[in-house]
Amino acid sequence: MFAFELPSIRAAAHRALITLASLVLLTGCMHTASAPSNLDYSRTRTSEQGLYRAAIIPEGDSIPQGKLQKWTLHLASANGAPVSAASVAIDGGMPQHGHGLPTRPRVTRELGNGDYLVEGMKFNMGGWWVVKFHVASQAGSDSLVFNLSL
Amino acid sequence: MFIFAFMQLRLRARIALLAFMMSPLLLFTTTLHADQNADASWSPDERTLLRSLTLRSLAPLAPDPSNRYSNDSSAARLGQRLFFDTRLSSNGKVSCATCHVPERDFQDGKPLGLGVGTGGRRTMPVAGTAHSPWYFWDGRADSQWGQALGPLENPVEHGGDRVQYAHVIATAYRAEYERVFGRVPELRDLPQHAGPVPDTTRAHAWARLAPERQDEISRMYANIGKAIAAYERKIELAPSRFDRFVEAELAGRPHSPENALSDDERAGLQLFIGKANCVTCHNGAMFTDNHFHNTGVPRAVNGVPDDSGRAAGVRRVISSEFNCLGKYSDAKPDQCDELRFAATDGPELVRAFKTPSLRNVAARAPYMHAGQIASLREVLAHYDRALAAPAGKSELKPLHLSERELHQLEAFLHTLTSPFATPSELLAAPDANRNTLQTAER
Repeated sequence: MFAFELPSIRAAAHRALITLASLVLLTGCMHTASAPSNLDYSRTRTSEQGLYRAAIIPEGDSIPQGKLQKWTLHLASANGAPVSAASVAIDGGMPQHGHGLPTRPRVTRELGNGDYLVEGMKFNMGGWWVVKFHVASQAGSDSLVFNLSL
Repeated sequence: MFIFAFMQLRLRARIALLAFMMSPLLLFTTTLHADQNADASWSPDERTLLRSLTLRSLAPLAPDPSNRYSNDSSAARLGQRLFFDTRLSSNGKVSCATCHVPERDFQDGKPLGLGVGTGGRRTMPVAGTAHSPWYFWDGRADSQWGQALGPLENPVEHGGDRVQYAHVIATAYRAEYERVFGRVPELRDLPQHAGPVPDTTRAHAWARLAPERQDEISRMYANIGKAIAAYERKIELAPSRFDRFVEAELAGRPHSPENALSDDERAGLQLFIGKANCVTCHNGAMFTDNHFHNTGVPRAVNGVPDDSGRAAGVRRVISSEFNCLGKYSDAKPDQCDELRFAATDGPELVRAFKTPSLRNVAARAPYMHAGQIASLREVLAHYDRALAAPAGKSELKPLHLSERELHQLEAFLHTLTSPFATPSELLAAPDANRNTLQTAER
């Protein structure tokens, strides 16, 4: 009799545990709002309309929390040719916190070969950040969106 | 009797059955408990986070590029004397130490600072602030020396003016000043009081001075701030029980009473870095992201004017003659990136106040930028409830913490209390001050 009952008890306990675990997870989500699982964190992206390919290269390659940092933004056209004389505006923030970037980063210099120096980048909190580059050049206007996890 | 025996048998059978049924659950519970102890085994992310919160992770204090005297010991000695000197006030009774009381973690325990009048904000501690890019609750200064100059000319704090202070330097500190900063300019033709202050008599006297005289005096005034900063940056905190706990924990060493956390304190730490989201803003070794947030703190009472926080503070630091980019700064422009790239507008700045360090927070009631909240427990309740801001938009969301969890968080915050790591002779007025003041009294 026990031999038959045991699996069902285990199954019931298992189900209860899964429910409990889901509840804990759900409650956790409500509080900490973990980032969507399908985010692309790659540092090379295609712009929203497909006009540009861009790469971000943080100085020292890492993105530390709480420190001002410089990035190089590499801009290329869809066919890979470096884009020069582009005007670039930058914004972003933490979508789950409803706030923007703590600083006003901007392109301070065009370095040549499609590279632009971005200064004033800073991320003061841990979590999911979004950085957007609004690019305008002879090729047209388009936006690039990068996800970061700190 | 038969029935009784049957009942007994049923009962035993029931107990046996129950025990057998419970065994997988018991086994599971034991496993969970063992996991918790091993967790003692924190996840890799948690270990990184814990390490980042310890004083050990604080980068060595770099020289302040805007203050070339920041590591000058003669400047620091002069700064210490100025910090405790009540002659730097309009009524001869207020020094920096009046509100920044060394025995109380360089703060005063009052809702609003009391100088020659009542200020509009809570006095902030000094220890470790040299690591910060912004000063005051609204970040209206971007250096420790720029900060020191604010209260000196504030009519309700020290209430004096820069020409008055230049005279104090010339008569009481000439040798010490000249050793560090060079010649004291000629002051004999100047009035006793003048400065760009709200008082119209002194403001008019200031306006009548030639620009180059104003410049000489303002440079002396900036040097007073730089000397005070050279002193203040020596005030650092020693590790707290939390720091020692993390060090032992991450090294896998057994805990002694000096580095152990109680179950509640440990649970509070887990809430702090997890569900309660505290670490989002209170991050890094000083438990602050050095930024400004609207957390729905209620308006101050007692006639304190409305306070827009960072929204006004950022405008003041940008236009300050004593900022990193100003003529009295020793920094090159590219050493002023915090100022150059500061967010200067946007709705997020409205009623945003600087995230205060949580080190020694338990010994520092009352709380918030105007001492609006009397106890740590009420502060935690404030963050738990996340009420709407009186102006602007609060970044908080309700946490739904239980009373027990609030208690655990509070218990954890008490583990952040620590003494100074500063020689005791720096924590009081130097002997030279007492001698000078006694001579003056005679």
